[in-house]
Amino acid sequence: MKWIDYASPNSIKEAVALLSNKNTVARAMAGGTDLIVQLRAAPERIGNPDVVVDIKNIPELNEINLDSKGLTLGSAVPMYKIYNNESITASYPALQDSTSLVGGIQIQGRASVGGNLCNSAPSGDTIPTLIALNATCKVDGPNGSRDLKVEDFCTGPGKSVLENGEILISIHIPAPSKGSGSSYLRFIPRNEMDIAVVGVGTSISLDGDIVKSVKVALASVGPTPILVSDAEKIIGKSIEDEDTLKIAGEAAKNAATPITDMRGTIEFRKHLCDVLTRRTLKIATERARGN
Amino acid sequence: MSKKIHVKTTINSEEVEFLCEPRQSLLECLRDIVGLTGSKEGCNDGNCGACTVNLDGRIVDSCLVFGVEVDGKEVNTIEGVAYKDELHPIQKAFLENAALQCGICTPGFIVASKALLERNPNPTEKDVRFWLAGNLCRCTGYDKIVRAVLDAAEKMRVN
Repeated sequence: MKWIDYASPNSIKEAVALLSNKNTVARAMAGGTDLIVQLRAAPERIGNPDVVVDIKNIPELNEINLDSKGLTLGSAVPMYKIYNNESITASYPALQDSTSLVGGIQIQGRASVGGNLCNSAPSGDTIPTLIALNATCKVDGPNGSRDLKVEDFCTGPGKSVLENGEILISIHIPAPSKGSGSSYLRFIPRNEMDIAVVGVGTSISLDGDIVKSVKVALASVGPTPILVSDAEKIIGKSIEDEDTLKIAGEAAKNAATPITDMRGTIEFRKHLCDVLTRRTLKIATERARGN
Repeated sequence: MSKKIHVKTTINSEEVEFLCEPRQSLLECLRDIVGLTGSKEGCNDGNCGACTVNLDGRIVDSCLVFGVEVDGKEVNTIEGVAYKDELHPIQKAFLENAALQCGICTPGFIVASKALLERNPNPTEKDVRFWLAGNLCRCTGYDKIVRAVLDAAEKMRVN
């Protein structure tokens, strides 16, 4: 690794100034579980940075605030603080599902949901969950702050809408409506510590057996996480009807644009989209009824 | 050329100061600067857990932490596990259950297991396997390691 400077600002303003300095190439770091690996293995893929800006000492980026409007999660909050928080996991079970299966315990002690989103890997386990839960994110930068939907954040493998000097400040997930549930499942050949062959995040809200709203998002089956818009075709139908699950599974299969690689073939991955969509809908439904 | 950074930290309950390059990992700092070579470098990219240390009460892969990040923090390594000449019950259980062969992964497994038993003194086999998923061993096949941790848990509960 070449010489890299390290800065640890205490405010967003200071961090933005460091990241937008035209004389250096700077990269923001929270837990560092992706960034430090990239600095060692392929620094050219992240622009050969000469400064690392450690953003996790900025108070706003460590915020965890759960109120009647929903959950605001600072972008540097590590995974374990989320799955160990019973109020969060009760409201957003899919967030517990996904944060507790990213890496092992050592990684979960450092890695953040915000970092997972900024790394924009197609396989990022927390991203389909955020999309399914209608999350938005707050970005700040040299030209001021802006809010956008998580589903619009990733633009390609390792690429996002973040412009030079911009940092992700926080993620906001609206409060779950009554009678709603969520779930995330991924398929991996091992029991843990692996990269998703396919991941599916789902949220559903029900009125009795009738689907009031649904959102399904996929990981590892395209250059970015994918929102399955056609899953909404099941709104108004009964969740007890086997055809309802079939329609959603089929929609996921059709929305997926996977490639064949060492982790799975196109055909296998499309099949998994169908199976995991139906399974997550069943789990989310059970959870919705438990509410 | 920029300058090295002065880091003041607590390692195994002792105050330690060192100078390091900002790019150096905590693992490099521990091994090459501080002289604590118990934490091992396996993969150096966060997969194998051989470099596991305890940082402010959480286990982390020290290869994925910059040394400069531990300024003002508390680091506990394998060197701090035994009580002077007396091995920790987990260390004894690893020996008694033959839970090591080449030994490279062992410090990481012990530091990680200690953190588990401090949180959960009565883990199930599944709890142990999931907690230790971030620690790889290429010799034992894990069964003996899992048995050692369960054995240590039992002995620690009795005492």
